[in-house]
Amino acid sequence: MGVVEVNRTIDAVWRIESGRVIAALAGLVRDVGWAEELAQDALVAALEQWPRVGVPANPGAWLTTVGKRRAIDALRRRQVQQRKVAELGRNLGAETFTPDFDAAFEERIEDDLLRLIFTACHPVLTPQARAALTLRMVGGLKTEEIARAFLVPEATMAQRITRAKRTLTEARVPFEVPDAAERENRLASVLEVSYLIFNEGYAATAGDDWLRPALCEDALRLVRILQGLMPDEAEVHGLAALLEIQASRTGARVDADGEPVLLMEQDRRRWDQLLIRRGLAALDRARAAAGQAGPYTLQAEIAACHARAHTPEETDWARIAANYAQLARVAPSPVVELNRAVAVSFAEGPAAGLTLARPLADEPALARYHLLPAVLGDLLARLGRYAEAAAEFTRAAELTGNLRERTLLRDRAADCAAGMPPSR
Amino acid sequence: MRFMIMHKLDEHRPELWQPDPAFIARMGAFMAEANQAGVLLAGEGLRPSSVDAGRITVAGGRTTVTDGPYAETKELIAGFALVQVRDKAEAMHWAQRFVDVFVEAGIDVEVDVRRVTEWEDVAG
Repeated sequence: MGVVEVNRTIDAVWRIESGRVIAALAGLVRDVGWAEELAQDALVAALEQWPRVGVPANPGAWLTTVGKRRAIDALRRRQVQQRKVAELGRNLGAETFTPDFDAAFEERIEDDLLRLIFTACHPVLTPQARAALTLRMVGGLKTEEIARAFLVPEATMAQRITRAKRTLTEARVPFEVPDAAERENRLASVLEVSYLIFNEGYAATAGDDWLRPALCEDALRLVRILQGLMPDEAEVHGLAALLEIQASRTGARVDADGEPVLLMEQDRRRWDQLLIRRGLAALDRARAAAGQAGPYTLQAEIAACHARAHTPEETDWARIAANYAQLARVAPSPVVELNRAVAVSFAEGPAAGLTLARPLADEPALARYHLLPAVLGDLLARLGRYAEAAAEFTRAAELTGNLRERTLLRDRAADCAAGMPPSR
Repeated sequence: MRFMIMHKLDEHRPELWQPDPAFIARMGAFMAEANQAGVLLAGEGLRPSSVDAGRITVAGGRTTVTDGPYAETKELIAGFALVQVRDKAEAMHWAQRFVDVFVEAGIDVEVDVRRVTEWEDVAG
């Protein structure tokens, strides 16, 4: 293997193993920031040694062992935790790791990985800082890659990561899985990060920078890891289902000119059936684990209704409307209400949809949200109330920032003003 | 991006197609690890060509249907794993881990790693 190839292998090994290496080291030193530095030291050692001696058979265990030796050296130098050092020195005296050590590494590592994820996603950090730290520590991404993915300069991202690590240390965030009382909030924080990372990539799928779409795959990888680590948490499977199904539409979301294509207009042959099946399987697991379905599971249910429909006409709108009604109870928001109104309008007719959508005009949160008047215009037009529809489409056109959308809404307004249904 | 990791076995050694429990356990552990790492999308083992195999060949516009077993074929695809990873180096890492399962059992094997065509590759 040439040096370039070895370096590429080391990069790959790092992405795959770093989370487990950092987790194992954090289990030892109880400080994720320091654990990460130790792991980086081990990576430097690998970059020096592997091109000469070859990649070891179990690179993750190699990196962990080197990191642990560095930790012990540092602890010795600092002359702290004397007893712990002596104890570890006995366990790690041998020059190379033993098969027993390997086995111990595998057994404990799942717990440590879960602790690492909960620590990196701690609510003392902003969601952006959590996402950066998680991608770096669990996803094995370089600072430069994370910076590019989030469209900020590398120095800014490096600073954000350093500050996040310092915040964790200063807040004395323990390296542990939270207890039952705290668990729901902390889990929500972990899931929020996965979703944030996914959306950061999903929103940019049309972009030409490969790193941003690759973020969707990183988020999927993360949420699939979480499924293995927390098999009893319904919402973990719910989020996995939602992301798998959303990702299944990647190929159909943009047309040949790079313009977004709305869900109901997408070419469903381009939906990825493998990801849809994975999503539906995850949804089954969510249902099996859940008492009351949580917001991610309910959003996944809605996504699944679309995924199951082979044509737009086959869409089970009644079921979608019922899911939105449940979502509105679990996680109420005016946007959810608006979506529910649309679903109800397809399930029960435009009048029923209008009854739900009308009161939303008084919601301050939607005052400048162009989709509200766009939906109202559509419902009124379907009821043949063209003059009122024209006014709503005009207002929607004024509110949107997207030129293409504005043109479309103005055309609709003009058709309605002329007393006819919108032609497109 | 996605890669197909395919392994080929010698069809003239039937014992390779009837793995022992130790091998099945090792392979199971590998699959569980790839799954836990969030990279395994699908993986299946194939029956030898003596079991329900068929081949359709078109040559010069003429179609021939052949049933297994394929006497003339020595190395036959025996299974695959479909993985979703960041690049070829990561796929090769997982393929090496896959190969290790065979090496530990003292089995000669050939593993092909191939990039899967995705929408971006054919669009535009």
